[in-house]
Amino acid sequence: MNRRRFLQASAAAPALWTGSCTRQQVIPGQIVGASASIGHRLRDLRALPKPSRFLKADVIIAGGGIAGLAAAHQLQKTGVQNFVVLDLESAAGGNSISGRNAVSAYPWGAHYVPLPGRDCHEILAFFEEIGLIQGHDAAGRPIYDELALCHEAHERLFIHGQWESGLQPRTGLKPSEKEEFEAFDAVIQSFQERRAFTLPLDRSSRDPAWLELDRLTMSAWMAQQGWTSIPLRWYVDYCCRDDFGGSIDQVSAWAGIHYFASRSGEAANATRGTVLTWPEGNGYLVNQLVKSLQSRLLPGHVILHMQQEKNTVQTDAMDVSTGEVIRFESRAAVCAMPRFIAQRLIPGLPTFALSYAPWVVTNLTLDELPPSPGVLPAWDSVIYRGPALGYINATHQGLNAVPQATVITHYDVLSDRPPQQARQWMQSQSHADWCQRVFAHLQPAHPDLPDHVQQVDVWLWGHGMIRPDPGFIWGTDRAQMLQQRPPMFFAHSDMSGMSLFEEAYTRGVWVADEVRTWLG
Amino acid sequence: MNARPWLLLLSVFAIATCGLVYELIAGTLASYLLGDSVTQFSTIIGVYLFAMGVGSYLSRFVTGNLVGTFIRVEFLIALLGGCSASILFLIFGWTISFRIPLYSIVFLIGCFVGLEIPLLLRILEGRFAFKDLVSNVFSFDYIGALLASLLFPLVLVPHLGLVRSAFLFGLINAAVGMLALVMLRNEIPRLRSHWVTGLSVAAILIAGFIHGSEITRWGEYAAFPDPVIYADSTPYQRLVLTKKNDELRLYLNSNLQFSSKDEYRYHESLVHPGLSRLPEAKRVLILGGGDGLAAREVLRYPRVESITLVDLDPAMTELFSSNAMLRLQNADALKSPRVKVENADAFAWLAVERDPFDFVIIDFPDPSNFSLGKLYSTTFYQRLLKVMAPKAALVVQSTSPFVARQSFWCVDATLRACGLQTEPYHALVPSFGEWGFILASRQPLSGPAILPEGLRFVNEEVLAQLPRFPPDMSRIETEVNRLNNQALVHYFEEDWAR
Ligand SMILES: Cc1cc2nc3c(=O)[nH]c(=O)nc-3n(C[C@H](O)[C@H](O)[C@H](O)COP(=O)(O)OP(=O)(O)OC[C@H]3O[C@@H](n4cnc5c(N)ncnc54)[C@H](O)[C@@H]3O)c2cc1C
Repeated sequence: MNRRRFLQASAAAPALWTGSCTRQQVIPGQIVGASASIGHRLRDLRALPKPSRFLKADVIIAGGGIAGLAAAHQLQKTGVQNFVVLDLESAAGGNSISGRNAVSAYPWGAHYVPLPGRDCHEILAFFEEIGLIQGHDAAGRPIYDELALCHEAHERLFIHGQWESGLQPRTGLKPSEKEEFEAFDAVIQSFQERRAFTLPLDRSSRDPAWLELDRLTMSAWMAQQGWTSIPLRWYVDYCCRDDFGGSIDQVSAWAGIHYFASRSGEAANATRGTVLTWPEGNGYLVNQLVKSLQSRLLPGHVILHMQQEKNTVQTDAMDVSTGEVIRFESRAAVCAMPRFIAQRLIPGLPTFALSYAPWVVTNLTLDELPPSPGVLPAWDSVIYRGPALGYINATHQGLNAVPQATVITHYDVLSDRPPQQARQWMQSQSHADWCQRVFAHLQPAHPDLPDHVQQVDVWLWGHGMIRPDPGFIWGTDRAQMLQQRPPMFFAHSDMSGMSLFEEAYTRGVWVADEVRTWLG
Repeated sequence: MNARPWLLLLSVFAIATCGLVYELIAGTLASYLLGDSVTQFSTIIGVYLFAMGVGSYLSRFVTGNLVGTFIRVEFLIALLGGCSASILFLIFGWTISFRIPLYSIVFLIGCFVGLEIPLLLRILEGRFAFKDLVSNVFSFDYIGALLASLLFPLVLVPHLGLVRSAFLFGLINAAVGMLALVMLRNEIPRLRSHWVTGLSVAAILIAGFIHGSEITRWGEYAAFPDPVIYADSTPYQRLVLTKKNDELRLYLNSNLQFSSKDEYRYHESLVHPGLSRLPEAKRVLILGGGDGLAAREVLRYPRVESITLVDLDPAMTELFSSNAMLRLQNADALKSPRVKVENADAFAWLAVERDPFDFVIIDFPDPSNFSLGKLYSTTFYQRLLKVMAPKAALVVQSTSPFVARQSFWCVDATLRACGLQTEPYHALVPSFGEWGFILASRQPLSGPAILPEGLRFVNEEVLAQLPRFPPDMSRIETEVNRLNNQALVHYFEEDWAR
């Protein structure tokens, strides 16, 4: 810190406790977001507009999220070339979409993938194909591209007025609280050893003793174990909100345990629990998948209607920029849209009441990471018992030797009120409201944050991710959602009840293989 | 009503403002020097408030000569508070446990400030109705606090800085004392001695205020044993040159980079064990080393056609190619037609395809943080290998194998993990201590060493000794340094904390 900056910083410090925060200036930036307006327009359409152009393809892939892109990628690999991927947004990627400004690329949603475990064959193969896995050591463990392995320091937690490394709270724990953490870790380890919880989750053990856990909430299961201390409950709750968008009172115990017990991935050149990440988050993987699609990817095309007719599928899509409607006739179709949308567009598809967690993702462009004396910055920074989920630093994977301008991505899941209500509330908030909210979340740890902010952009995910409420993963609704209806096929992470790259990608590969067989 | 009591009430206001300002100064300074502002501020506020309580309690033991004591306290606060920032700045470079003087000063000031108000209340007793008195004193006290908390961030710190703000408020305290001297002169015995004290305190404070910026500079340089002759903050680092008699020293961010007394030992050891055994080396790459001293050694080989020197900081290479004294040090190496200087971040520079080099010299600062640790990682060396000819070698300055044994062998393990053959060696550089280097290449270097003329340290005999490690520095098993574990930075912290 040089003298000028020190003076600026020290000027801000007293304001912290005299409460004289006077900054009232408009911060540049905007609210962007999954084209909710297009979605709403669709929902309100009375009559379907008539198509004015007719095209044919072997396969239509409706939705270019990870599942749709993986299906396209796999079809291509198995020799099917005549397909089209349609997506309503101006770029493919869905929840794994990313952005870029003059400072850095940054994620708008998904931002990491844990080291894939041994059951993730499809993903391991994909990672090898794109050079993320560069070889194997004598023990057969993959050697990863070290630019993609999350650099040290991985995570840090702001607790009792200071940062500590790692996410499990340590400072100020009572012996009894420490014991609970030990007991929890031991139970999780025994689950890991039994390999009962895997990714993709449909490869998990079907032993009823485990599936029973899907009927309880995570919170109830923890209470059964006698774990009631605040630090442990906070930690588990944090992990559930971070991965599933739901609190321990909302998600099932099976899902909650799965989060901790399923991560079995190993690497020759990283410790267990390391994650793969890039400045643009999983946007990196999207770009790898999109590369070879070229003109077979049609972004900016919203699907209005899909229907089986004899042994073909008729898909109506509207070009968002011109308003023109195109009817695609195909021998098969993959519906890779979220289920709540598919239910509206495909007549006769069974409808389910699904819960989706609303998310707010904020990208803050900073002149530098707010200095936090005494500790080194990490990729992921979390505030203990804070209302939101913390932030990741897009330039953490950079190799620059000097501190620089950066973009941080702040995650906020609105799990504190019913999703429908939360979505309405989201729409009522202005850009200034969101700025204020994100500052309020981060200022306990970074009092001088507003002085470093250059731009704030906000993405509202009304239906961010499916939430594994009790009974959903191993219940009858999901079982029905898994049934394919040739020539119409389905692939989306909603079918897993967990919104994860591994689930979306594997479903895409599976469905492509089924379509390939169907086409003959 | 008589105007005088009101003047005294005004001094409550001044006192309150000063008291809070000292507290803010101590908190800010501690955050600056020690980091972790939340902890510093809360502990300082805590100690200060507690000390005020102690002061208030002690006030009961003041019985006779109320006014005299009040004035003495006032001058003491003026001196202590006024000088607090400069004292703390100055001793920071010298003490091991900075917290002891820090909290002592805060405690003392707090105590005296705690004494002030009860004393003043008692002085004013009888001049106001009791309920008015209490109400007035506390109102002025709190208004003063408000004023201080606004003045401090908005006016004082940005315009005066901490050191001069402290002196200024010390003067205000002294003025309050002198005001009381004037107004209550009839109630004070030994008036003269009070005036002498007051005026000398004021003189000290005025002198401090005028020379405030020099004091700050001193404080900063107190860390350097020799007189500072040049200092500059670049966007990347702080450069400080010191000189004593003939000895020049360069410090980067307060770490000694070289001493002109023995730097030849370091740079000869860095360059010659490798380069003297590469008879065909024509293209040399130097990463770091913006001082041009390694380049000077390389230039001793007529066969070397080109040297590319990549250093992050243009200010550094500029200084070493323009300043006469420094050009004497590096024999004007940076101006040689064979040397090409590029100011770039080494990692980024290596991302671009380059013509292959025959010898690479890596002279980065020690791996004391994650940004630097990246420059010693497997990923870095793998990138570097891409710009190295098949028979090329590289040498890395690898910290002290004696002080930082784990770190040294970690660099070695990292190079070997990249498939390289290594030759670790070390040399004694008195101003650094035992220093370590690692030579690495795809195939072991064979050929005999053909040394250039004019070396002062390295000769054949020394070359034979360098690779021998006594037991207290010999190889230990370590992890490999990777971007995702930064093992080296962790070792380095451990090693130097011992
Ligand atoms: C904030 C946030 C953070 C996340 N972080 C992570 C993470 O770090 N790691 C991780 O593994 N997972 C994360 N996820 C989960 C993420 O959802 C999955 O990783 C994955 O991207 C899901 O892919 P999908 O293909 O199943 O679904 P989606 O991404 O939902 O894909 C569906 C696609 O269909 C398109 N579509 C919808 N309706 C229409 C229509 N009518 N016409 C045309 N196209 C349409 C959409 O635009 C979208 O591209 C995160 C999710 C969110 C919301």
